Amino acid sequence: MSMPTDLTLAEARDALAKGELSSKELTEAHIAAVEHVRPLNAFITETPEQAMEMAAQADSRRAAGEAGVLEGIPLAIKDLFCTEGVLTTAGSHILDGFKPVYESTVTANLWRAGAVLLGKTNLDEFAMGSSNMTSYHGPVESPWKRRGDNRKLVPGGSSGGSATAVSARCALGATGTDTGGSIRQPASFTGIVGFKPTYGRCSRWGVVAFASSLDQPGPMTRTVRDSAIMLRGMAGYDPKDSTSVDLPVPDYEAALTGDLRGLKVGVPKEYRVDDMPQEIEDLWTAGVEWLKAAGVEIKEISLPHTKYALPTYYIVAPAEASSNLARYDGVRYGLRVDGQGDLTSMYEATRGEGFGQEVKRRVMIGTYVLSAGYYDAYYNKARRVRTLIANDFKSAFEDVDLILTPTAPSEAFAEGEKMDDPIAMYLNDVFTVPSSLAGLPAISVPAGLSANGLPLGLQLIGRAFDEEMVLRAGAVLEEASGFDAVPAWLDERA
Amino acid sequence: MSIDKDTVNGIAKLARIRLEESQADALVGELNNILSWVEQLGELDTEGVAPMTSVVERKLPLREDKVTDGGYPEKILANAPQAAEPFFTVPKVVE
Repeated sequence: MSMPTDLTLAEARDALAKGELSSKELTEAHIAAVEHVRPLNAFITETPEQAMEMAAQADSRRAAGEAGVLEGIPLAIKDLFCTEGVLTTAGSHILDGFKPVYESTVTANLWRAGAVLLGKTNLDEFAMGSSNMTSYHGPVESPWKRRGDNRKLVPGGSSGGSATAVSARCALGATGTDTGGSIRQPASFTGIVGFKPTYGRCSRWGVVAFASSLDQPGPMTRTVRDSAIMLRGMAGYDPKDSTSVDLPVPDYEAALTGDLRGLKVGVPKEYRVDDMPQEIEDLWTAGVEWLKAAGVEIKEISLPHTKYALPTYYIVAPAEASSNLARYDGVRYGLRVDGQGDLTSMYEATRGEGFGQEVKRRVMIGTYVLSAGYYDAYYNKARRVRTLIANDFKSAFEDVDLILTPTAPSEAFAEGEKMDDPIAMYLNDVFTVPSSLAGLPAISVPAGLSANGLPLGLQLIGRAFDEEMVLRAGAVLEEASGFDAVPAWLDERA
Repeated sequence: MSIDKDTVNGIAKLARIRLEESQADALVGELNNILSWVEQLGELDTEGVAPMTSVVERKLPLREDKVTDGGYPEKILANAPQAAEPFFTVPKVVE
């Protein structure tokens, strides 16, 4: 048998069910891989003892005939999910030492389904970033390298640690969160599958809040099937999140029929942005051909307000962040820095030292656009444009069942690149932000390699709460692309 | 609309963030760039368009107004940088 870490989540599940492998063996192999991958800085906290305990319990439950849908499967958890008694940092200095006294709903659902916690993964501070360079706990390095070039590449962000953990095969899957592309862009950069479900599908309770009207947890895995399995273990109505939706959670894996005949897929003309690299254009064309070959009708569509999505996002998200991050005041948890003896200067000193540069920048923008005199001109204007963007998708989905686009406008970049211009960094999310603003489900599937030998992803966007169709078409793209490249990290391991 | 250093310091005051002199200087340029970039939204006519409050087209659920949780001050205080049970403690605010 190959190494247990080379199994996909579905293969591991089947091997466990047949008794070919125990969760203890599977978990031990992944703990060793987590240790081996330390130079990439994917984890902020490793939990090997807890993992072995959970694996032993999973094996006992299986022996008693009580196996859940993820029984005995070792997973990594983005360090934005509160985990009871386990350090939770959000990648920030300001949450130093924070050990939640409660468990997020999504992780509680995963443990109830039998999953095993390997550790908490690194991320951009408060999930604000597209490179994983803004973490207080240091950057995450991608397991991939350009051909003939030894420079360290970013894994994308903000779920960069989760992407690296899955891509470097030290976890069978990982949770991510996506506010404007934080699951999909790192998935594209690291050659894995990342799925942002419909806003409301997974509970946000116990997930450190960035922009509450956009944040959505989702799975990051090596295959579409694995994402289908993992999402089933994460999703569900939660009375503690008033925006979580009371709909039954389907067996997503059953939706992977491979049959797309008669479907219509839209290709939005506004996504042909200026200076898009030719190889991304070519990959998109290949995606169109693969879907056609599967019996899909392709239609050119228009999403006329696309170019306004990023500026809208960079008003709405910072506004919500400035409000959500007001709670970090040195009183209830985390860091406290004394000021000049009074309360206000303690707040200012704590937040001045506790927040990194990008977080400060966004809190400042958010504070400004919500301040008296500017609220209407910026914040309300952006919320009106957001309505127009959501309406674009609504009209499009009257004609088509899915929308196909590239996931990101480039391959992974090197550490240090794009760091001096915030807007250049923000443009990474040009293809992912519009569907976030509309709350729609969207998946990134690895579909090819760039000339430099780096992975490139294609994105499929679906109708609200139709995760099944997105997964079904994603699996067809995955199969047609035949993507089987592995990161340089794994070659070096062999 | 252009932002100067006084405005940056004013925003920092509102946001309760202490800025070093050099950070404030850098933020003048960065905030101006970002704000002039987002101002392209002004090109759009949004007269009569309702501002979005939520992408979930559902009525927010209501529940009975009663206490459903609580009664564990020691857990609430477990992560406090400073506490004197059963209270959080802060620098003196009343003389």
